[in-house]
Amino acid sequence: MTLLDFARGPALKTAIAIFCLGATWRIVGFVLLRIRRDHSTPRASPLKYIASGLLAIGTRSWPHREFIGRTGPGEALGYSYHIGLFAVVLLFTPHILFLGSLFGFTWPGLPSSVITVISALTITLFAAVLFRRVTNRVMRMLSNFDDYFSWCITMLVMVTGIAATAHIGAPYETLLGIHILSVDALLVWFPFGKLMHAFYIFPSRALNGALLARKGAAS
Amino acid sequence: MSKAAVMPGANLAPAEARTPEARVAGAMTGFAHEIGALSAFRLESCIHCGICADACHFYIATEDPQYTPIWKVEPFKQAYKREASAFAPLVRLLGLKREVKADQLAQWQHLLFDSCNMCGRCSLICPMGIDVAALIEQARHAMFDAGLAPKELYEKAAHQRLTGQPEVSTEPYREQLLAIGARFKVDMPLDKPEVDVMLCVPRTDIEHYPSAVAALAKVMQQLGVACTFRSDALVAENYGYYAGGKQWQREISLRLIDQAIACKAKILLVPECGHAYAALRWEAADLYGQPLPFRVLQVTEFLAEQLAAGHLRLGTAAAGATTFQDPCESARKGGVIDAPRALMKAMGVDLREMEDHGGFSFCCGGGGGVLDIERAAPLRYRTMEIKLREIDDSGADHLLTSCSDCRRSFDDAQAHFAWNKKPQSLLELVAANLIETAGPR
Repeated sequence: MTLLDFARGPALKTAIAIFCLGATWRIVGFVLLRIRRDHSTPRASPLKYIASGLLAIGTRSWPHREFIGRTGPGEALGYSYHIGLFAVVLLFTPHILFLGSLFGFTWPGLPSSVITVISALTITLFAAVLFRRVTNRVMRMLSNFDDYFSWCITMLVMVTGIAATAHIGAPYETLLGIHILSVDALLVWFPFGKLMHAFYIFPSRALNGALLARKGAAS
Repeated sequence: MSKAAVMPGANLAPAEARTPEARVAGAMTGFAHEIGALSAFRLESCIHCGICADACHFYIATEDPQYTPIWKVEPFKQAYKREASAFAPLVRLLGLKREVKADQLAQWQHLLFDSCNMCGRCSLICPMGIDVAALIEQARHAMFDAGLAPKELYEKAAHQRLTGQPEVSTEPYREQLLAIGARFKVDMPLDKPEVDVMLCVPRTDIEHYPSAVAALAKVMQQLGVACTFRSDALVAENYGYYAGGKQWQREISLRLIDQAIACKAKILLVPECGHAYAALRWEAADLYGQPLPFRVLQVTEFLAEQLAAGHLRLGTAAAGATTFQDPCESARKGGVIDAPRALMKAMGVDLREMEDHGGFSFCCGGGGGVLDIERAAPLRYRTMEIKLREIDDSGADHLLTSCSDCRRSFDDAQAHFAWNKKPQSLLELVAANLIETAGPR
C-alpha cells in the first residue's frame, strides 16, 4: 500500500469516522444539558423573534456601525481568509472531483491559475492572522494550545496542497498523499478544538439573536 | 485575621470568610447549578477573537487586555471545559485546562464586579453572537456562591433581603415617602388594598432625588390611575442581582411580587431604575417559577402607552438642546428605547443624540453595582470619560436619563470632574409639563 493509498483509504475513513462521531458527541454533550424555560412575557411574538434570530445570522457577519472603526480591519482579515479557504476547498477541480466521489454530484470549478493565486493570498492572510494573534495583546492573552494547533494544522493542509499542486520537493503521488494525510489530521482534530465553530457560528448567532429580540433588546 | 479570611486582593465582607477549598467548592457548585445547554453553547462558541474588548468601555478606556469581556468568565470557561464539556476527561488527562483555584477566583473579583457594569454592550459585537453579558451574570452567581461578592454589594443585599432596605436609613423609607409627599404637596398612595398599578421607588431617589418620587406620584395622580405603594415592598432595587446572590435576588423579588399579587395589581410599575427593570421584567418570573400574574412596565413605557392612548397630555418643555442617556439595563438589554423618545418628542424636546445611543449607548459607568464599590471609583472615572465626551460632543446643554443610578453616577462625575452638566430625570420633566385633564379616567 502506497502512502497515497493509505492516506485516502483507511486513514481517510478513520478520520471521517472520528470527525463524525466526535462532532456529534461534542454537540450532544451540551445539547443534553438542562434547558431552562423562560417564564418572562416576551415583548415580541415568537414569529418576530425567530425571524430576528435568522436575520442575526446575516447581520452579525459584519460589525455594527458603532463598532466598525475598531473592529472592521480585524474582521475583514478574518473573513477574507475564510472566503479564500472556502474558494480553494470548494472550487478547485480536483477537490470537486474528490468531494463528488463522496457526495455523488459535482459542480463547476475555477481555473487552476485562479486557484493558485487565491491559495497564495489565503496563505498570506492566514500568516497575517497568526501574526495578529501573537502581536495583539488581547488575542495573545485569550489564545491557548487550541488556537495555535488549529492554526498549524490548517496551515499544513494549505501548504501541502500548494506543494502537491506545484509538484515541489517530491513525486506528485507522495505530495498528494501527504496533503491528504494532513486533511485526515485536520478531520481528526476538528471535533476537539475551535474548528467546531464551523458548526456553531450560524446556530449561535440565530439563537442569541432570537433571545435578544424576544426582549426587544438590541441585537 | 484567620487563615480562612485571608484572600489577597479581594474586597470581602467579614461574613464571607471561608477556606480556599470551600470557595472553590462554592464556585463550582454555583457554576454547575448555572450551566445549562444555552450557557454551555455560548462557552463552546468562543473563538478567542477578542473582538468583545472593542465594545467594552473598561477596555477602551484603559487598553488593558484583562478587561476583555470574555476573559472575565475565563475561570468558568476553564471549569466548563475541564469538568462539564463532552471531552472533559480528555481535557483533564492531557492537562489542557488547569483546575480553578481560590486565588484565581479572588483575582477575578475585580474583573467580574469592579470592572463590569453588566451593560451588555459586548453582547452586540461578538461575531459568533455570544451573549457575553449573560455569561458574566452567571459568573457573578458563582462568585457569590464562593463568598466572593464585593463587601459593599454583599452587605447591601444581605440587609435588603432581611429588611427590604439595602441599608439603614435615618427614618424608615415608609416615613420618608410620606414626608416627601408632604414636602412636595402630593398624595402618596400607600397600602391600598386593590389597585390597577403597584408602584415602587429606587431607594436612590428616596435618599438623593425625592423630587423624582414626588414626580411619580404626581403623574399617577394626574392620570387618575388606581395605584399604591406598599409599605412592605417600597424598594425597586435588587442588590441580590448586583451581588450575584440568586437566592437573595429571588427573595427580594418575591417581596414585590407578593405585594403586587396582594393588591391585585395588573401592572407592577418599575420606576427610573435600569437594573430593577431587568430584575423584575426579565428575571423575576423565572425566580418565581411561573409567569407573573401582572405586567411589568418601566415607567417611561407606561407613560408612552398612556400618551398613545390619549390619557396623558404634555406641554412643551423649555429644556433647550438635550441629550438622553439610555440606561443599559432597560434600553439595550430590555428594549425600552422608543418610549422615552416618544415622551421627549411629545414635549418638544430638542433631542441631540449621542454618537452611540439607543441600544449601543455606553454605560454611565455606575451600573452593575460598580457605583457602590468604593475601590472601583478610580477605574470608573477613567471609563466615564468616554461617556462624558460623547455627551459634550452631542452639542446638548442638558442631560436627561431615566435611571436613578445613571443620574447619581453623572452627579458624581459632575463633582469629580467639575463637569458642567446636571443630569435630570425624564419622569420629572414629564411631571413638570403635565397638561391638566378633566379628572380621573
